[in-house]
Amino acid sequence: MKKPKKQKEAKQKFSMELMWKQRYLLMMSVPFLIWLIIFKYVPLWGWIMAFQEVVPKSFALPVWERRFVGFKNFIDAFTDRLFAQTMINTIGISILGIVIGTAAAVIFALFLNEIRMEGFKKVTQTVSYLPHFVSWVIIASIAKMLLNDGGAIETMFGVKLHLMSTNSPLFWVVVCLINAWKEVGWDAIIYLSAMAGIDQGIYEAAKVDGANRFQQMWHITLPGIKPTAIVLLIMSVGSALNVGMERQMLLSNGIVQDHAMVLSWFAYVRGIGSNNYGLGTAIGMFQSVVGIILLFIANKVAGMIGESKLV
Amino acid sequence: MLEKKKGIFDYILLVLFCGMIFITVYPFLNVLAISLNDPMDTMRNVNFIIPRKFTLSNYQYVFTSNNMLKPFALSVLKTLVGTGIGVVFTSMLAYVLSRKDFYFNKSFTIIFIITMYVSGGMIPEYLLIMRTLKMGNNFWVYIIPGMIWVYNVILMRSFIEGMPMALQEAAKIDGANDLVIWSRIIFPLCKPVLATVALFVAVGQWNSFMDTYLYARELPTLQYILYEIIENAQIKIDPHAAALGQVKNAVSPMSVRMAVTVIATVPILVVYPFLQKYFVGGMTLGAVKD
Repeated sequence: MKKPKKQKEAKQKFSMELMWKQRYLLMMSVPFLIWLIIFKYVPLWGWIMAFQEVVPKSFALPVWERRFVGFKNFIDAFTDRLFAQTMINTIGISILGIVIGTAAAVIFALFLNEIRMEGFKKVTQTVSYLPHFVSWVIIASIAKMLLNDGGAIETMFGVKLHLMSTNSPLFWVVVCLINAWKEVGWDAIIYLSAMAGIDQGIYEAAKVDGANRFQQMWHITLPGIKPTAIVLLIMSVGSALNVGMERQMLLSNGIVQDHAMVLSWFAYVRGIGSNNYGLGTAIGMFQSVVGIILLFIANKVAGMIGESKLV
Repeated sequence: MLEKKKGIFDYILLVLFCGMIFITVYPFLNVLAISLNDPMDTMRNVNFIIPRKFTLSNYQYVFTSNNMLKPFALSVLKTLVGTGIGVVFTSMLAYVLSRKDFYFNKSFTIIFIITMYVSGGMIPEYLLIMRTLKMGNNFWVYIIPGMIWVYNVILMRSFIEGMPMALQEAAKIDGANDLVIWSRIIFPLCKPVLATVALFVAVGQWNSFMDTYLYARELPTLQYILYEIIENAQIKIDPHAAALGQVKNAVSPMSVRMAVTVIATVPILVVYPFLQKYFVGGMTLGAVKD
């Protein structure tokens, strides 16, 4: 059966009279539209540089006069001596970050939800998302003081851990743990609000049936937040290649740099550091396009295994 | 209702979360203690949360050396200007986009929302700002490229849409134009959501580091100075010199760094109670939308 279509508001016809009537609205929005086009759409148009040879000298030329080189920039990027390791780092840090971050947030929310002393619960939550608001520079300053060789952690436990000076995937773990420490309370907010939405009647019924608290957490709370977790997972898969350069650069040092380099940083090093604008743009474009593809795949997979989809 | 008897599990939780609070707070206390401690004494062992030899010399150094004061002032200025401009412009645009009778409502909204999902990326943006617009090392590079966040516009638009239409209609009958309706009626009534957006933008501005790193190294902010200290301290400190007692200065990079870290963190702590109140509300508001 067809639903009766909702009566749409009569579509206004374009006329100078209408434009005059709405001149204040135009005045209040068109400048921002121009701003948006300059700062957001012009860089998108800049993707064309991925297919051109663009170095500082040729950048000044009009777009059509620069030399088109097809996919050369992409091939150069993929065959770069840094690329393979960079790709492995990016994927490694992403996966590890998703796993550690999600697990930490879910477990934190799950147990916080069980606290029955309301005051204590509130204090804990308030303290937990404080680090979220602190900048990465500050976090890096603190982390290096605590984790460097001879830092507070090593002196506290009297062991040599070399957390920030081991040129191995250990650095991924360190980065992801620091990130989890910073974001766990913040990420838990969304799970806690999902938990607040679970029907209390279900818990009552389970209690009557004799379920203990662990059984309630396992069989009611966890399934209750599953849809939220799936949506967040799909989104994080979509941004799997977008590991931020800022955090990596600030936390790394000369020793661990091999394992800290990620795609966005690589784009900076090649694009701005060595002035190969075309190559840098190509790497950025690769990141975006793969991100969109991954998002669609994750979304499809979630639909196939019968989970809620994003779109 | 539920029986509120406390079992063993409740006490385990209590201990667990006290540990959690400790892990979160300890690094900050440690930094604070080092910044208030005598630099020479700190080199002995960095592991303490109560200053062993109290001194304000580290802060004195920071606040008397000129290459620290200017970045601090710049950080404050950039945060104030960025937040002021951001809040006014965001609400203006949000108001226009909330007006269903505006001819371009749909098309403008779509053009704005697309930019939330696709962006040109770092290199084209860098070239636009540095090469085409020549905004490098100019104060406005901190303000203009990021002056409006589309997310905040959407947040504010849904708030305005929730206001009774009668307010606007009454003003219109009294002869007010759209600019007056926005500035006299909508803007003042948006206070709760304005607070949320102002905090978002202010924290973003205060914490931002990449904008200086990419576009304005000659106009360093506090965050950038801290970054430079972190980088340089690793080069400058010579362990042999330290061991031989050749470091005679009253300041050490470590202690100065910790003092700057504290100074950069304090504004966040000051606004934190407000952040708490509005941010979390703002976040769920954004989540519930549509």
